[in-house]
Amino acid sequence: MSKDWPLWEVFVRAKGGMSHRHVGSVHAPDAEIALRHARDTYTRRMEGISLWVVPSAQIVASDPADDAQNFDPAQDKIYRHPTFYDIPDGITHI
Amino acid sequence: MPSLPPIRPEDEAVAEKIRPGGAFDAPVDEAHGRILFELALRLGDDSLILGQRLAEWCGHAPGVEVDLSLANMALDLIGQATHFLTIAAEAEGKGRSADDLAFRRDVLDFKNCLLVEQPNGDFAQTMARQFLFSAWQKRLFDGLTACADDRIAAVAAKAVKEVAYHEELAAEWVIRLGDGTEESRARMIDGLDWMWRFIPELFETDEVMTDAAARGLVPDLASIRIGYDARVRAVLAEAGLEAPADQRPILGGRRGHHSEHLGHLLAVMQYLPRTYPDAVW
Repeated sequence: MSKDWPLWEVFVRAKGGMSHRHVGSVHAPDAEIALRHARDTYTRRMEGISLWVVPSAQIVASDPADDAQNFDPAQDKIYRHPTFYDIPDGITHI
Repeated sequence: MPSLPPIRPEDEAVAEKIRPGGAFDAPVDEAHGRILFELALRLGDDSLILGQRLAEWCGHAPGVEVDLSLANMALDLIGQATHFLTIAAEAEGKGRSADDLAFRRDVLDFKNCLLVEQPNGDFAQTMARQFLFSAWQKRLFDGLTACADDRIAAVAAKAVKEVAYHEELAAEWVIRLGDGTEESRARMIDGLDWMWRFIPELFETDEVMTDAAARGLVPDLASIRIGYDARVRAVLAEAGLEAPADQRPILGGRRGHHSEHLGHLLAVMQYLPRTYPDAVW
């Protein structure tokens, strides 16, 4: 039955101040049930304080065939990483 | 005439430890303990039996997500049962534990309402049962947060959030199946038809409930019924369903008179602890 239902991508915010992260997907007949399925499937063990669900069909993905032109050029440009700064003690989530 | 020995301070100290505040000298209110036992037993048995029923879906639900929803509800309910049966066992004061009450009582000693022991049937029948029960349990637990017994009040305050979710989830499914395809609608109508005759028992005010209300242990069931009926009507209307015709109410669960379904449920639930007494996990 559930394989007849559309797929929804699930995003969980672990705690205030953090961004929502993709955790997986659920099948559900509509948005409200998708939220409930996401709650029952992915937040049973206090994993989060907020949930998003998005129809998987609405995700626009890059083409794996274009990986070389999309991602390889960044490989030798380490100066784009902010790794040359000293991070003060006590700063988290960086 | 021989005189009684004097009560020494050290004797009083021993008595004081057992019932503090000079209460060792007060008359024991045995009726209170009996009512508390009966009440906690009913609350615990309702949650336990419905939890076991929902657990029967494990691995058989229409989809893995629904499987988890049902198992989550089952675990919430079994958690509530553990608390209520612990309170019942203490109120009874015969040295039985919550596990003894759950696994070593026979069918005639169970005090759950008949609604929760009804078979799962199909998913629509399970959701009809869940909605009709959770809508009642939510309103009952709201009232129990003001229970004169602190422990029952504390369990209700924690559980009412779980039950609010059960009620919402079940209502969503009643609406979707009632307002879904021709087949889902027919199945939901059948499910509601099956469960409808067990509603009056939820609001039955027998001697135990009257006494418990007088002691401030339970809310007034008649006032809960107003909100319950309104909620059920609203959800059925949204589902595009007519309320089933009122049938002859079936009572008796609170006195241990159960349908034939409960014995089969208990046979599965109690098999292990009865076959291997004192087995530990």
